[in-house]
Amino acid sequence: MVEWFFGYLAGAVILLSILVVLSRNPVHSVLWMLLMFLHVAGLYLLLNAEFLAATQVIVYAGAILVLFLFVVMLLNLKEELRIKRFTGGWPFRLLIAAGILIILKKVLDGFKVGFKGPWSIEAIEQATHTKALGKVLFTEYILPFEIASLILLVAIIGAVFLAKKRLRT
Amino acid sequence: MVPLYWYLWLGSVVFAVGIFGFLTRRNIIIMFLSIELMLNGVNISLVALSHYMQDLRGQILVFFVIAVAAAEAAIGLAIIIAMFRNKATLHADEIAEMKG
Repeated sequence: MVEWFFGYLAGAVILLSILVVLSRNPVHSVLWMLLMFLHVAGLYLLLNAEFLAATQVIVYAGAILVLFLFVVMLLNLKEELRIKRFTGGWPFRLLIAAGILIILKKVLDGFKVGFKGPWSIEAIEQATHTKALGKVLFTEYILPFEIASLILLVAIIGAVFLAKKRLRT
Repeated sequence: MVPLYWYLWLGSVVFAVGIFGFLTRRNIIIMFLSIELMLNGVNISLVALSHYMQDLRGQILVFFVIAVAAAEAAIGLAIIIAMFRNKATLHADEIAEMKG
C-alpha cells in the first residue's frame, strides 16, 4: 500500500519537475512547481516528517512560490514567449545532466546505511515530532540557527536595497 | 516498506532535471525555479536518510536549506526586478556587460 503511494508521489514529482523545466510560459512553470512542492510534502509525510511537510507547504508553496508568481506577473512577458525555448547546445547539456545522473547512480549502488541514531520512530512518537526537532535544533544546532536568522536579515536588507528605485542625485 | 534506495534515486532524478533546466533554459525565472528543483531533490534525500538512519539531523539540515532558499529567492527576485527595470528583458544571454 505504502509502495503504491510512493509510486504515485514519485511519478508525479518527476513528471511535474520535467514539466517545470519544459513549459514555455514562466507562469505555467511556477504553477507546476507549486503542484510539485505539494507532492514533495506528501513524500515527507510518508517519511514521518510531518512538521517538515507543513513547513514545505507553508514556506515553499505558500511564501516562496507566491513571491515568484508575484514577480512573474509584475513583469511584462509578452516578448519572452516568442523567443526560443532552449539554448542551441541543448543535446550536449542533456548529456551532461544524464552523466551526472549516472554518476549519482553509481555512487548510490555502493551506499550502505551506517549505524543508527537515537531517534527511532518510537522515540519520536513518545516525544512528539515537533518537540524532538526542537530539542535537537535548539541545543545542538543553536549557532547555525542564529546564523540562519542573520542570513534572512541580510536577504531582507539586500532585497529592499536592490529593488528600490534609484534616487537621482 | 519502501527501500531507502528508491528515495535517494528519486532525489537524484529531480536534481538532474534541475541541472538540465538550469543549463538549457535562458529565462531567468525558470533558471531560478531549476535551482529550487535541485534544492528539493537534495531535501528529499536528506529527509529519507534522516528517516532510515533514525537521526533527526537530516531534517534540521532541511530547515536550513529552506531558510537559505527563501533568502535566495528574495535576493534573486530583487535582482530580476532591477534587471528588468534597466534592460527590459528576462533573457540571460542578453545581459553580458560584465563580459570582458
